[in-house]
Amino acid sequence: MPKIKLSDSTINIIKGICAEFQNKESELINVLHKTQVKLGYLPAEVQEVIARELHSSVARVYGVVTFYSFFTMIPKGEFPISICMGTACYVRGAEQVLSEFKRQLKVEVGESTSDGKFSLNCLRCVGACGLAPVVTIGEKVYGRVAPTQVKEIIAEYRQGNIQNDVKTD
Amino acid sequence: MDVINLTIDNKPVVVKKGTTILQAAKEIGVHIPTLCYMKLEDLNIENKPGGCRICVVEVEGRRNLAPACCTEVHDGMVVNSHSIRAINARRTVMELILSDHPTDCLICAKSGNCDLQNMAHYLGIRKIHYEGEQSHYRKDTSPAIIRDVDKCIMCRRCEMMCNEVQTVGVLSAINRGFNSVVAPAFEMNLDHSVCTYCGQCVAVCPTGALTEVDETGKVVRVLSDPTKTVIVQTAPAVRAALGEEFDMEAGTLVTGKLVAALRRLGFDYVFDTDFAADLTIMEEGTELLNRLGKHLAGDKNVKLPILTSCCPAWVKFFEHQFPDMKDIPSTARSPQQMFGSIAKTYFADKLGIKREDLVVVSIMPCVAKKYECGRDEFKVNKNPDVDYALTTRELAALIKISNINFRTLPNEEFDNPLGESTGAGVIFGTTGGVIEAAVRTAYELHTKKELPRLDFDELRGMEGIRKATIDFGGTPINIGIAHGLGNARKLLEEIQAGKSEFHAIEIMSCPGGCIGGGGQPYHHGNAEILKKRQKAIYQEDSKKAIRKSHKNPYIIKLYDEFLGHPMSEKAHHLLHTAYFDRTEEKG
Repeated sequence: MPKIKLSDSTINIIKGICAEFQNKESELINVLHKTQVKLGYLPAEVQEVIARELHSSVARVYGVVTFYSFFTMIPKGEFPISICMGTACYVRGAEQVLSEFKRQLKVEVGESTSDGKFSLNCLRCVGACGLAPVVTIGEKVYGRVAPTQVKEIIAEYRQGNIQNDVKTD
Repeated sequence: MDVINLTIDNKPVVVKKGTTILQAAKEIGVHIPTLCYMKLEDLNIENKPGGCRICVVEVEGRRNLAPACCTEVHDGMVVNSHSIRAINARRTVMELILSDHPTDCLICAKSGNCDLQNMAHYLGIRKIHYEGEQSHYRKDTSPAIIRDVDKCIMCRRCEMMCNEVQTVGVLSAINRGFNSVVAPAFEMNLDHSVCTYCGQCVAVCPTGALTEVDETGKVVRVLSDPTKTVIVQTAPAVRAALGEEFDMEAGTLVTGKLVAALRRLGFDYVFDTDFAADLTIMEEGTELLNRLGKHLAGDKNVKLPILTSCCPAWVKFFEHQFPDMKDIPSTARSPQQMFGSIAKTYFADKLGIKREDLVVVSIMPCVAKKYECGRDEFKVNKNPDVDYALTTRELAALIKISNINFRTLPNEEFDNPLGESTGAGVIFGTTGGVIEAAVRTAYELHTKKELPRLDFDELRGMEGIRKATIDFGGTPINIGIAHGLGNARKLLEEIQAGKSEFHAIEIMSCPGGCIGGGGQPYHHGNAEILKKRQKAIYQEDSKKAIRKSHKNPYIIKLYDEFLGHPMSEKAHHLLHTAYFDRTEEKG
């Protein structure tokens, strides 16, 4: 796996988060959660810092990161796309919508486009079942999405008509 | 003390509060089958994730079945360990485990020693009703250990050993559900990780998922090569355990039969690592006295405590985890490597052959020794001092393959000059033994007086960390002993914090020391076996005519003819080593 060099300020952010949780190993999930919110993802180098700070092993940290689908080691795109796979969305054709996104973006679930603009993920229910099938891009929610609309939605972001409204620091 | 009254299989039993159903059942002789569960009594080692569910029992009034290994008893509890429901559940669980397990048992490295195979037999499984996809994962081969994760049943014993007992932290369960496997961080291979190759994961693995690298084929090949002189050395702990592989009682000493078997296998000379253990004591003991002398003379720069350095897993452990302390351990090489070094110089000269034509094989209770003999600093022009290290188990396999009837072999003697050893060399095989051997020599060299006694009971035992003070003719010497790397870590942290009061510390990576090594016959969770092996080691020591390393006549001769004196330039070159900071090789 390609090595990235973390900047001192990033390392200090991670150390700060660990310190907020008293550097306790039992707080690992909370530390990972907060770090991912702050950095967008949890690459190997970040996990190594967390393991050291919490006096845990990297293997254990990696075990937790890979256990929970919420955690990701791949940087999310500038526009993170999530397709709801909850029951209501699923029966209303979410799978076809997902395949269309995969086809258009040429990525699999959990991956990002090579230009870093889009990442594709699935989630379970955003509580808007009346709008099924639901797609979220950043904080924006799209309801009753048909596969035919997918190309158009992507184009809007590509053309820069919609700005990123996700705070990633 | 709170006591609990309950009945198991209609038998009343009274136990302490906090006891599990499994323990309570054991007290009244009721056997409940287990698979993932493992406990080494008195060694503080227990695995009870409650994961496999083979140990389920029926508890009256409880809706579901209870896993006996991790369910605490309560007053008035009525347990039925073999109700039809419990038995059916157990068999179903077993079938489900087997439905995602390869069925190449006939040619599996663990065949005959596999807890899963034994349990399938015990439960009478004749058909697997659940056909479906099987999970697959790449095989990972390192210098010492092979991971074949397809055979893993997620019992988590290795993970417990690696993290809780050894605090090495290489193995962890990753991913989830059908995709979960036990692996190093970022799914890297073992040889890129901080793995010490202690092999305790191998020692407890119930299946063939973790095994040693099998080198018996290579040894057979050199034995049949007429251009090579092939010699063998056997570590002290091997003679106290090998018999188990031939259905002999644990703790049976088989030194003489071991020598006879090796001769029948075709080794040209059968030597003893114990000889090299005596040599280690000469070097390490002298180093201890040097450092101690400087310390007593008020030298503030001298590094104390001195730590033993015989154990390759321990060496790799501190190189990864405590690189700032790499100048504290003794620079003395391990007995295996001292033997190899002397064999390929002194002994090859005596035979008048080139080192390339001399092959050194070692029989070790250890899997890390395979890694150790491959380290670059133990090679001359790419030719290793020790060519192959076989485990006790591999030797047993070789003896069986060769159709040698081990039990009927006569007792034979080691060859000379590298086969003569003292009781001090023998006790290297158990926790506490190296330091006791060092004390026997260092005391006499320091005080110039004969020891009033040879048995140092205060250094013996199975406690994870032990301390004792030995009077060196008016100078009290504080000695620490740790076995298991988690215990070693505690002593190292004390040193780091400047709180250590020890002058010398012995460290062995495996619980019990080499008798409990990762290459020994499988103990299947029975700690009694380790204790019996330990007893055997001390028994062998007490029978020896000479019990102090510096009195070994062949050691004296080796220094006279070849090395000069302990820590001489030649000795330094051949018998000492350096350690490396491995923090960049992370994982």
